[in-house]
Amino acid sequence: MSAEAVPRSPWTALFERIGRHSLNVFEEVGRFFYILYNTIHWTFRRPFDIREWVRQMVRVGVDSIPVVGLTAMFTGMVMALQTYRGFARFHAEGFVASVVSLSLTRELAPVLASLMIAGRIGSSLAAELGTMRVTEQIDALYAMATEPIHYLVVPRVGATTLMLPPLVAIANGLGIFGGYGIAVGLMGANPIMYWDKTFQFLDLNDVFSGLIKAAVFGLILSVTGCTKGFFTTGGAEGVGRATTSAVVMGSVVILVSDFFLTKILF
Amino acid sequence: MANTRGDAGRVEQGGSAPKIAVIDLWKTFAGREVLRGINLEVDAGESFVIVGQSGAGKSVLLKHLIGLIAPDQGHVIIDGEDLTNSDAARSLEIRRKFGMSFQEGALFDSMDVLGNIAFPLMRHTRMSGDEIAARVRQCLALVHLEGVERKATSELSGGMRRRVGFARAIALQPEILLFDEPNTGLDPITSGVIDGVIVEMREHLDVTMVTITHDMKSAFRIADRIAMLRNGQIIATARPEAFRSLADPYIQKFLAGEPVEEEVA
Ligand SMILES: Nc1ncnc2c1ncn2[C@@H]1O[C@H](COP(=O)(O)OP(=O)(O)OP(=O)(O)O)[C@@H](O)[C@H]1O
Ligand SMILES: [Mg+2]
Repeated sequence: MSAEAVPRSPWTALFERIGRHSLNVFEEVGRFFYILYNTIHWTFRRPFDIREWVRQMVRVGVDSIPVVGLTAMFTGMVMALQTYRGFARFHAEGFVASVVSLSLTRELAPVLASLMIAGRIGSSLAAELGTMRVTEQIDALYAMATEPIHYLVVPRVGATTLMLPPLVAIANGLGIFGGYGIAVGLMGANPIMYWDKTFQFLDLNDVFSGLIKAAVFGLILSVTGCTKGFFTTGGAEGVGRATTSAVVMGSVVILVSDFFLTKILF
Repeated sequence: MANTRGDAGRVEQGGSAPKIAVIDLWKTFAGREVLRGINLEVDAGESFVIVGQSGAGKSVLLKHLIGLIAPDQGHVIIDGEDLTNSDAARSLEIRRKFGMSFQEGALFDSMDVLGNIAFPLMRHTRMSGDEIAARVRQCLALVHLEGVERKATSELSGGMRRRVGFARAIALQPEILLFDEPNTGLDPITSGVIDGVIVEMREHLDVTMVTITHDMKSAFRIADRIAMLRNGQIIATARPEAFRSLADPYIQKFLAGEPVEEEVA
């Protein structure tokens, strides 16, 4: 630390730490919005790199189907298991189907799918862009008169934002299917009744709200991952830090914004 | 624009405005002054070489010339236009005049060699696939690399990476070329090949080159003028023959390869 002669009071040190910490937070938020703003700004500019968009959509969308599908299916299964036991206590087994379908489409499928994608894609975006930053590949893009946000970030953020709703739609289907399997196959629910109840209270708006949430989460997690990668410093170690914090920050922001989206919009 | 400002006016006057002008450039990284008031002018068609010890700030200076780093103070003026004060869109335009090869290659590892060298051609020209392939082959042949188009960049040796980076920089035949130690780590023969390419390009009156090197032999071969960077300042600029006979004891030791007691900043 510094070689000051005057001993500082612990209070000064404390305030200094708080101050430095809040500056860091402001910096992080500023960077996030810098990337977000420029991504939107460059999305509608030529050239449109269709091949890269497709490549990223496959990477985010198609390649994530197994992990998202599995997550959703088992969530549906465990939901059915839990609610069936609970609802049986007051003879409301009939509503298991409704609870499973409502909570999946409105809440669980979008949030859990997004968290899985934050782990799978947010981290790899940060690692990829971080490596390009520390090996000067991003500088090389600038040097070749190519805006890296245009070339790298736009297709990645765009693909993630576009692919999350269809992924969540698949998750909805598989989750409901998993719940049905457990309720009907294991708990002996009436298949026709269950199927009826699944859709009885399910509004198209419920599904839509979940899909819109998914798109917002996709935007958030991909911009977070790209921001962390884009501003990486400090070599391989820095790339590691960026990767970790892309997942942590992405997940936290998804959960926090989920609350506000649910409260305000739907 | 730039000519409304006082110090840029100096650049505009006279028949031959310099291609690149650097005015009082300062840069500090984490409390360490890396560039301390750099002034230099490079004329159109000139081959300008910057030499100096490792850590002197050569790479940092080169990155300022193309706007990869923003200075704390001072100006970089390209063709009379202030790069430092340009907005993002304008500086992208200005960068189209440049080609740059990086010290560590900075090759895109998501692409093979062909993809790397074709990248600027695909971004900024309307050449057909065949024309691009032909141009790539031509650039690779210039740096004595043949048949490596389909290799992944991770399969290349350090010297090969640097040569691919060099080929990528010259592919578009830009007006201004910046080379960061293009022949460091190359054997004398291959290093001579790179020098040969630079010397040949020097004959084109419309190519301006700034090259960084450690290697004085190569500096004397390729330079119209040589500048010595020391501790973030240009301590001398001279034509090669004059540079050799500069009296500065530091430069004499540098030329002779003798150790100096360096006051590390
Ligand atoms: N992005 C950066 N952040 C912090 N410090 C930096 C950065 N880039 C360069 N430096 C510092 O600036 C100084 C000069 O670096 P530079 O890369 O220009 O040296 P150089 O003259 O090119 O040396 P070499 O011949 O070894 O390549 C070094 O002390 C380096 O640590
Ligand atoms: Mg260097």
